[in-house]
Amino acid sequence: MIFKDFDPKEDKIFRIIDNEGVVINNELMPDIDDETVVKAYKAMLYARTADEMAVSYQRQGRMYTYPPNIGQEAISVAAGMIIREKDWLVPAFRELGAWLAKGVSLKEIFLYYMGNEEGSNFKNANHMLPFSVPIGTHLLHAAGIGYSINYHKKDEVVFTFTGDGGTSEGDFAEALNFAAVWKAPVIFTVQNNQYAISVPVRNQTKSINLAIKSYAYGIPGIKADGNDFFAMCAAYKQAAGYAKAGNGPVLIEAFTYRKGAHTTSDDPSKYRSKDEEIEGEKTDPLKRMKKFIDNKGIWKEDEEKLLEEFRIEIDQQFSEAENFTPYRLEDVFQYTYVDLPDDLKKQKSEYEQFLKWKESRK
Amino acid sequence: MTIVQAINNALDIKLAEDKNIVIYGEDTGFEGGVFRVTEGLQKKYGADRVFDSPLAESAIVGTGLGMALSGLRPVVELQFDGFTYPAFDQIISHVSRMHNRTRGKYKVPMVIRFPYGGGINALEHHSESPEAFYAHIPGIKVVIPSTPHDAKGLMISAIESDDPIIFMEPKRIYRAIKQEVADDKFSIPIGKAKVLAEGTDVTVVAFGAMIRECQKALVMAKEAGISVELIDLRTIYPIDKETITRSVEKTGRIVIVAEAPTGFSVGAELIAIANEEAFLHLEAPPKRVMGFDTIVPLARGEHFFMQTPEKIFYEIERTVKF
Repeated sequence: MIFKDFDPKEDKIFRIIDNEGVVINNELMPDIDDETVVKAYKAMLYARTADEMAVSYQRQGRMYTYPPNIGQEAISVAAGMIIREKDWLVPAFRELGAWLAKGVSLKEIFLYYMGNEEGSNFKNANHMLPFSVPIGTHLLHAAGIGYSINYHKKDEVVFTFTGDGGTSEGDFAEALNFAAVWKAPVIFTVQNNQYAISVPVRNQTKSINLAIKSYAYGIPGIKADGNDFFAMCAAYKQAAGYAKAGNGPVLIEAFTYRKGAHTTSDDPSKYRSKDEEIEGEKTDPLKRMKKFIDNKGIWKEDEEKLLEEFRIEIDQQFSEAENFTPYRLEDVFQYTYVDLPDDLKKQKSEYEQFLKWKESRK
Repeated sequence: MTIVQAINNALDIKLAEDKNIVIYGEDTGFEGGVFRVTEGLQKKYGADRVFDSPLAESAIVGTGLGMALSGLRPVVELQFDGFTYPAFDQIISHVSRMHNRTRGKYKVPMVIRFPYGGGINALEHHSESPEAFYAHIPGIKVVIPSTPHDAKGLMISAIESDDPIIFMEPKRIYRAIKQEVADDKFSIPIGKAKVLAEGTDVTVVAFGAMIRECQKALVMAKEAGISVELIDLRTIYPIDKETITRSVEKTGRIVIVAEAPTGFSVGAELIAIANEEAFLHLEAPPKRVMGFDTIVPLARGEHFFMQTPEKIFYEIERTVKF
């Protein structure tokens, strides 16, 4: 098991291809056919294009604050390859590839960042929870779902994510502990992009890495190269097999680099150097993957043409979100409770009276 | 039955009826909880349905939410009122919002139950009445029974509710009141107060352990020739405005009795209701007979803080004579 071979105590990192796309660990290379490799690269490219466009829409004032995934695409695209329709995704917010693989549409994601809860309804995504804003708090939901899966003896796995900052939260510790005690089939991924907004990971922990925290809960942990699609795929395959076999949770530290800002409201140039960003560029997951594909000679398409198709399609989804039904007063109220109290009905009708009055003054 | 037995009975009935119900918390499984509310249930239904979780309140509630989203109907126990605060984040940030956040895709059929209130000579953090915190959270309903009968009927309704319920149990009268309670299943609707005594001079609204203190005060009031209408709120939210309003319209006076600090409390909400809904009927300023806006004193000083029948009668008389 790779989790044993890459003991976090020794601060090893599990890697399959290097920055030049060359396989350096053939033995552990997961069995993935060429077609799937190309498909994964396209998924990464699609996610990046969507992110770049989202940032641009935000700059144009057509969308509110958005947290891009740029630089971290390999992690959630790899998770998206392994996650099944019946498996659960309990996300933080920087796992676009996995969201799309679960069946969430970009239209829904855009709608959410335009400020409409309807974007978290996920009409075509099964077993998918919404964006969790308070850091780390959702990890507990993943552990609870894991208990349900065991209780109902279902063949399902929970994929949940947090960032390096999230590991400092109490709920992170509680979630790993509960999941471990319950042998809940949960794969915890820490996307260590080295920053919690502006705070570098060295200010979060005295641990030599984040995977080593698995030791405290008696579960396997591994530090994997999060910018290496193949390493992430191999880690997820093993983790899913381990969880499905009834062994309980695992912790994967996916070591990566947040190339973009925390969100569109953030300016990383204030807290990190240009040199560091140039260094980070070298490990870019898309570039590495593309080099691997080129080395193998399996790329048959015109990338510019493909990107143009992506842009048209993404823009189409954005325009559907922009033209979504306007927010109605009843949308504020109707889902607060399943069984709506009279109080709320009254508050709504009083506001309707005000609107009527306002209308009459025109 | 006592309140402890009545809640146990309600849980027993629901566990037998619905395989998706699970119960857990600290000491809740093997031992049956520190107050023995869940006693015997693990033995009867197995350790995968009634169990001890690790000791972490945020996780007890947070994992319960995960279970509620994936087909179970968890009834989780938090050991004491003062230990619920680590779970507050989960309650206010997620439990209360998941239905709204997902536009109704996910429901949260979950009960969070815990003993509350003072008067038991306990340590710090064991004598608090945090109902106002929870009632203030949109998406949450808060229920507090005052008798074994109500405890059973309300617990059945709470478990059957598709909205998340905070179920607060008056620990001071857990075993102090014995009552005939039907063995069969019955439920009491959430959101409906109960008029315990009809009267014409003043409306007294209370809930939980304060009901019994009010009933003693009513005996004194009767001797003084004052006719008191006593209302047991039973549900803090959704608060039964109609019953309160109808009563205040009749009596013109309202006195609220509760254990929590006075400011920003359920008492404040009830006065707002009296003002908003029955303003022209009021003949005296509304009165809150509640705790000081201080920390609940430890046992030696608690008698200053707790409401007694004498104190309640004193305020009733002052309000009627205003």
